[in-house]
Amino acid sequence: LPTNMTSNSNLSNMKRLVEQLKLEASVERIKVSQAAADLQQYCLQNAGKDALLVGVPTGSNPFREPRSCAVV
Amino acid sequence: MSQDPLEGCRISAGKKSAVSLGKALHPPNLLVVVEGTCGACVAASPVSAPEGSCSYNVAHHHLCVCVRVCMAWQGLQKGETLASLKQESENLRRKLEEERGKLTDVELHQVAEKVETVAALSIKTRRVLKGHGNKVLSMDWCKDKRRLVSSSQDGKVIVWDAFTLNKEHGITLPCTWVMACAYAPSGCAVACGGLDNKCSVVPLSLDRNENVTAKKKSVAMHTNYVSGCSFTNSDMQLLTSSGDGTCALWDVESGQLLQSFHGHTADVLSLDLAPSETGNTFVSGGCDMKANVWDMRSGQNIQSFDNHQSDINCVKYYPSGDAFASASDDATCRFYDLRADREVAVYQKDSIIFGASSVDFSLSGRLLFAGYNDYTINVWDVLKGTRVSVLFGHENRVSRVRVSPDGTALCSASWDNTLRVSRT
Repeated sequence: LPTNMTSNSNLSNMKRLVEQLKLEASVERIKVSQAAADLQQYCLQNAGKDALLVGVPTGSNPFREPRSCAVV
Repeated sequence: MSQDPLEGCRISAGKKSAVSLGKALHPPNLLVVVEGTCGACVAASPVSAPEGSCSYNVAHHHLCVCVRVCMAWQGLQKGETLASLKQESENLRRKLEEERGKLTDVELHQVAEKVETVAALSIKTRRVLKGHGNKVLSMDWCKDKRRLVSSSQDGKVIVWDAFTLNKEHGITLPCTWVMACAYAPSGCAVACGGLDNKCSVVPLSLDRNENVTAKKKSVAMHTNYVSGCSFTNSDMQLLTSSGDGTCALWDVESGQLLQSFHGHTADVLSLDLAPSETGNTFVSGGCDMKANVWDMRSGQNIQSFDNHQSDINCVKYYPSGDAFASASDDATCRFYDLRADREVAVYQKDSIIFGASSVDFSLSGRLLFAGYNDYTINVWDVLKGTRVSVLFGHENRVSRVRVSPDGTALCSASWDNTLRVSRT
């Protein structure tokens, strides 16, 4: 590329970076306390359905080998 | 935001095209940046022209190039130089940190202090899927919660029934290192790609005798390896991430490039689509240590996070869509809230020194499963930031971890050539 195009390219990249940063800086944000409360609420609301967290009742697990009964 | 008056305008390969911008629409000195990936070139090359028209010779290129007006630029302002712009960018970065800091009134783990600790988990390996001849690099669950697809360094893609261990389909790709695979939402097709720089879609036939590999169709074309792929809400669109530094959205039927996503400055290693209720965004992570959130329609990078100290190997949305996690070679996993626009947790331990390759959340988002290069899977309490459990079993690096769609099982893929399905 001719040198003026390269410097044009650097300049345009830099300009783009500045525009991108302006965009990111202008994002509307909420407080972490609010965000954290919402995340926590989602976890707690859905905890009951989370099989890996709370387990599933035996017998309803298709991956488990069927247990045999032993007469003691 | 900048308009895109060239929306819908595509320069087809093999043609010399002139893109001229009517003066009635645009001010003079409009910066037009032509971006795209080409089958012949090594890297995407932005070409800019300050005038009202620009021509881009694509005669020797082999791909559709997407022309976009990146931003209206009034030309250089008086006194603006490379140095002044650099200073401005540094000031903006500082401002960004300040703005984020202002809203950090508390830490996530502090808010979570009152939450009950997670009870001891009893997750055990229930199935070991053997059949790949080399490292398993990726896997994905089918929506039916029992089938899954896996891909390997040996060039093979296998569709399994995880309940019966039955191998339902075997697809052979002409390349090794199939790094990405995904199940279509309908369950009727899979996508796969890797060192061939492509992502192909393979319809799955119910007829066991039919040669599934023969029906393979190339959809995505990148200029470097394909690291990740995902169908969008339907079988019709495919999102890919690549070693060429871009992500791209493709129409499966025509193979047309619908949108490309530029912004990463190194290989993109992972992508994840936001849960459907939260709209058209996705997150990507790569070797530039950045995690970027994108608007799928405009191609715009809307948020960016640069907290990691090394390559980001995997990104995954929190089930509500308001947050996401990342796994990195810096041996940490991190958690970011999108509405607070910042990192809100770091999952690390002095004893964990190997890179994390993959993460996924449990159904409620309370647990984060992370696969590491030290062959283990660490289970983190997302809210409290503590480690709840370690899962052992694999005999080599864990390359991918995925929770099943109904949250009842965890599948892990490894360089030990196997996949393991674990449950409580």
